[in-house]
Amino acid sequence: MKRDFDPSGNYKLTKNAVGYVPLHQATQADYERVGFKAGLEVHQQLKTEKKLFCNCPARIYNEYDDYDAEIIRHMRPTLSELGEYDGTALMEFKTRKTIIYRIKNETACTYDIDDTPPFPLNKQALEIALEIALLCNLNIVGEVHITRKQYLDGSIPTGFQRTAILGVEGEIQLRNKTVRLIQLSIEEDSCREVSDIGHIRTYQTDRLGIPLIETVTYPDFAHPEEVREGAEYIRFLNRSTGRVRTGIGAGREDVNVSCRGGTRVEIKGVSHNKWIPKITHNEVFRQWSLLRIREILNEKVKDPNAWRIHHKFLNPETFNFTYEPLLFARQNNQKIVVLNLPQFKGILSHFTQPGKIFADELSDRLKVIACLEKPNIIHSEQIEKILPDAQLHRVLDTVKTGSNDAQLIIWGPEDDIPTALETIEERCRMALERVPNESRKSQEDGTTIFERVLPGPDRMYPDTDSEPIALDNDYIDKLKKNLPVGIHKRYDQLRNWEIPEDTYNYILRNNLVPVIERIIEKLGVNPKFAGTLFGHDLKHIQGKNAHSSEWSYERIFELIKFLQQRKIDLALTKVMIPVIFQHPEMDFDSILTEVNFVRTPREKILKKIPQLQKKFKENDTLRDQGAETRWIMGELRKSALGNMSLAELKKSVEHAEKT
Amino acid sequence: MNEDIFQGYKGQALTVLKKFKIKVWSQVEIDTTRGLFKGTILPRSENDDDRHIVLKISTGYNIGINVETIQSIKEFGYKKAKYQIKEREFPYSDEKPNVKLLGTGGTIASRLDYRTGAVIPAFSPGELYGAVPELADICNIKTEKLFAVFSENMGPEEYKALAVAIEKEIEKGIDGIIIGHGTDTLHHTAAALTYMIQNPPIPIILVGSQRSSDRPSSDAALNLMHAAYAAGHSDIAEVLVCMFGPTSDEYGFLHRGTRVRKMHSSYRSTFRTIGDIPLAKVTKSSVEHLKDSYNPRRKDRKVKILPYFNEKVSIVFYYPNMKPDIIDSLVENGYKGIVIAGTGLGHVNKPLYPAIERAVARNVAIYMTVQTLWGYVHMHVYETGRDLLTKGIIPAGNMLPEVAYIKLGWVLGQTDDLEEVKKIMLTPIQDDITLREPYNGYLIYQGGVPEVEEFIRKFRK
Repeated sequence: MKRDFDPSGNYKLTKNAVGYVPLHQATQADYERVGFKAGLEVHQQLKTEKKLFCNCPARIYNEYDDYDAEIIRHMRPTLSELGEYDGTALMEFKTRKTIIYRIKNETACTYDIDDTPPFPLNKQALEIALEIALLCNLNIVGEVHITRKQYLDGSIPTGFQRTAILGVEGEIQLRNKTVRLIQLSIEEDSCREVSDIGHIRTYQTDRLGIPLIETVTYPDFAHPEEVREGAEYIRFLNRSTGRVRTGIGAGREDVNVSCRGGTRVEIKGVSHNKWIPKITHNEVFRQWSLLRIREILNEKVKDPNAWRIHHKFLNPETFNFTYEPLLFARQNNQKIVVLNLPQFKGILSHFTQPGKIFADELSDRLKVIACLEKPNIIHSEQIEKILPDAQLHRVLDTVKTGSNDAQLIIWGPEDDIPTALETIEERCRMALERVPNESRKSQEDGTTIFERVLPGPDRMYPDTDSEPIALDNDYIDKLKKNLPVGIHKRYDQLRNWEIPEDTYNYILRNNLVPVIERIIEKLGVNPKFAGTLFGHDLKHIQGKNAHSSEWSYERIFELIKFLQQRKIDLALTKVMIPVIFQHPEMDFDSILTEVNFVRTPREKILKKIPQLQKKFKENDTLRDQGAETRWIMGELRKSALGNMSLAELKKSVEHAEKT
Repeated sequence: MNEDIFQGYKGQALTVLKKFKIKVWSQVEIDTTRGLFKGTILPRSENDDDRHIVLKISTGYNIGINVETIQSIKEFGYKKAKYQIKEREFPYSDEKPNVKLLGTGGTIASRLDYRTGAVIPAFSPGELYGAVPELADICNIKTEKLFAVFSENMGPEEYKALAVAIEKEIEKGIDGIIIGHGTDTLHHTAAALTYMIQNPPIPIILVGSQRSSDRPSSDAALNLMHAAYAAGHSDIAEVLVCMFGPTSDEYGFLHRGTRVRKMHSSYRSTFRTIGDIPLAKVTKSSVEHLKDSYNPRRKDRKVKILPYFNEKVSIVFYYPNMKPDIIDSLVENGYKGIVIAGTGLGHVNKPLYPAIERAVARNVAIYMTVQTLWGYVHMHVYETGRDLLTKGIIPAGNMLPEVAYIKLGWVLGQTDDLEEVKKIMLTPIQDDITLREPYNGYLIYQGGVPEVEEFIRKFRK
């Protein structure tokens, strides 16, 4: 039999055949070619004192191993309101996971572990969420109905998330287009995962129950960068209320991506907006590759319904395996199975994502659905060799029936093997039919891995423990009166002030327009100075120093007011801010001492120029003209800072140099 | 068929639906002053207000629309939900014990009732098997729905009907009985059945669920599996309550029907044996005995049913400053038996004395229990107690107040002879009064204590 198949070559060949281009080389035409389409689900934690449905404090995080008790639960699918079992629900049930919740008494109560029904919905959270819903131009519902959204992965101990729609059909205005919004909901945040190994998944319950909103857009984005712009916009809009949480994990995005002929795939847990372009780019090409795989298979397999895998249990004694996982399997009485996939030659090593092949799709599902830890497969198109060639082929040949087939070896506890076989057959058959509907987890390298089958509307169920909440016109009108300015108007404002564009992201991300506006309007400070003070200087300082928990941007307003009263030039802010940043409670007079500020009359400083000129000329006569000014400025800068405008000083020095 | 096409709607909301000729399950576009909403009209819970219409939107969520904001409604379709629990034929096998599940209204698997927002139980063996397929590995189950009432509506008539139904099943040769029951008064029913079904040859297991079975983390399925195992396989032929041991999905307890009490309004591990330890731990495939003395399973079919109950019995939870008219009014209304849950060792205040005398003079049986739940009535320790004894109040040992209430009703249902009543009341039945209280019969540890915290952290709750 010929052994000349080159998996690595096949990977490259198929990557080209798909027409994959790296993100930085891709043009709008590339995205049009594959029919790129994306939408966003932006999650944002709200800044409330308490959780959404109980009186636990919101947002105290514990270390993963700091807990008072553990509780075990299993999740079982139940019928939705319309009488359907959800697809995800059934898959999760198949995985038979034992879920362990770690509880710290300070952050979780009996509600969190579903031993107490919910308390009334947090009104503070509702108000913040409604404010944001109004900013998104959504149609606000007349009555809030709390709904249970099933999650059988265990991320919520009840097995469902309490969530409610506040508004539908809104829109946001990006630079070049309007993006439509499907809805905005308020919901409780889920647990943080500690580990997921084999049949045991462990969560901690500190984040559970924190009020969260989810803003969902239509799939209106046509380019990966546009998705990122939309995510930024929604993040800025949320932050413009000043009433949402910031920090790691406080804002998270799920991105829905499809290609032409593909399907909606949800990529979960993108915690940095800068990852969005690469992730969406890779996903659209993954789907495009899966469609090409379908095309190849459809030519070879005439009747997809008749397509079957064949498998054989291996007698481990016959083979002298030295590969560690197989040795482990053998020592622990696990089963080793070899499978034949008819007509799959060339498919297993087919490109799907950069550095990934179709076989990875099988491996990912085995981990999630059959609880087989990775590495969990060896196959006939392995790019990196695992078993010696001769041994591998001897094993694979025990099931091989045709030269166009591919083979897999899997291993694991006997109880998990039936699910594993089912999972492989199911995924392979899907390859003949469609791009599977799934939710995927984003990885730092911009690729994604399978997380679960994408749930549908069938997992929704009214919460019989909570009463509906009426939102009367008076209440909504009152909220409308106190709304912050919309983000697109904030962009206009910054442009009109002629503040450099590279500051916008920092300013909007930290919701600084209101404080900058007050500095400009109340203190009469030059807008460009105010804008760059935040967007350049402060950003730079923040990047270098850790700030104290007392820190607030409001201190900058107070500082400028203080300097104006003392008639000190505002340039001194640049040396004072790093100190304030680290010691916000320190009074400004002490900071003046701390930075060694000495009040010196302007004339006295200017008087030093001729002396310095002389000194410069004595030491160095060879340099260019600007050198003198630079040197003198350097000598005088420190004493001048705060006492006079540096621009004015520079003018005087230059003037002196010329004369 | 006379179908209600406006399920649950009333008042203003009903008027608006009629005005636009829209019915429940219509797919509509509603134009309002707050914008356009699109979805399917859902029934409304009858207890909710008449100002809103409920809509299921395409993402599966429900929302309410204020009828005052509605400008027009356009119907574009009709989509009625067909709610059906997946039914699969229960695989019976000769090797497995036969168990009968008697339904009273508890939920195992369930569907939603739009009218009340409550859940309706799945019940047929096929439905149960569809929802909890593991049952088929444990036993053969047949079901019969005796009534469909909430736990709080269970009463003497239901106790009697249950006792009679169980007698029939025992005579027919069943290996075990499961009774599905709401949890609120599960322990009252358990006590009643203990008295009414004397010396049963098989296990009679009462089971419910604390967290409704419409949620994925419900305790219903596991409780049912535990109950099925206990009914089909355990050696304990008594009336038992089978509910979660810890709040975790780990194991259940089998509690004696006369010593068990619901101790938390919502916790899964709410049922506790009071003043003693549970009889056994139970899992999907084992029963581990914690106590050695119990009535073992027998092959014979002999069972004595005493389905009697006098409803003119009450329970009085004493509080400081209670006025004698409370007792007087019971007597005037013809009550024949009163159980007092007294303070401490079994006390009430002096102003009640004359009322007690009047009651005793009119042949009302008065029994004293303790509201501390744990411990015995000791009426000889203080003067108050001795006074009360003289007045004719009879101490009921460490019988739980609710159990004493059920027992007194049952005894008075059989005889008016107060001496006979006293004899039966004070003769222990299935440990309703225990002669000793073991040291570990009272364990309420307090959190915060380092060694308790260590215990909790190490051995899951």
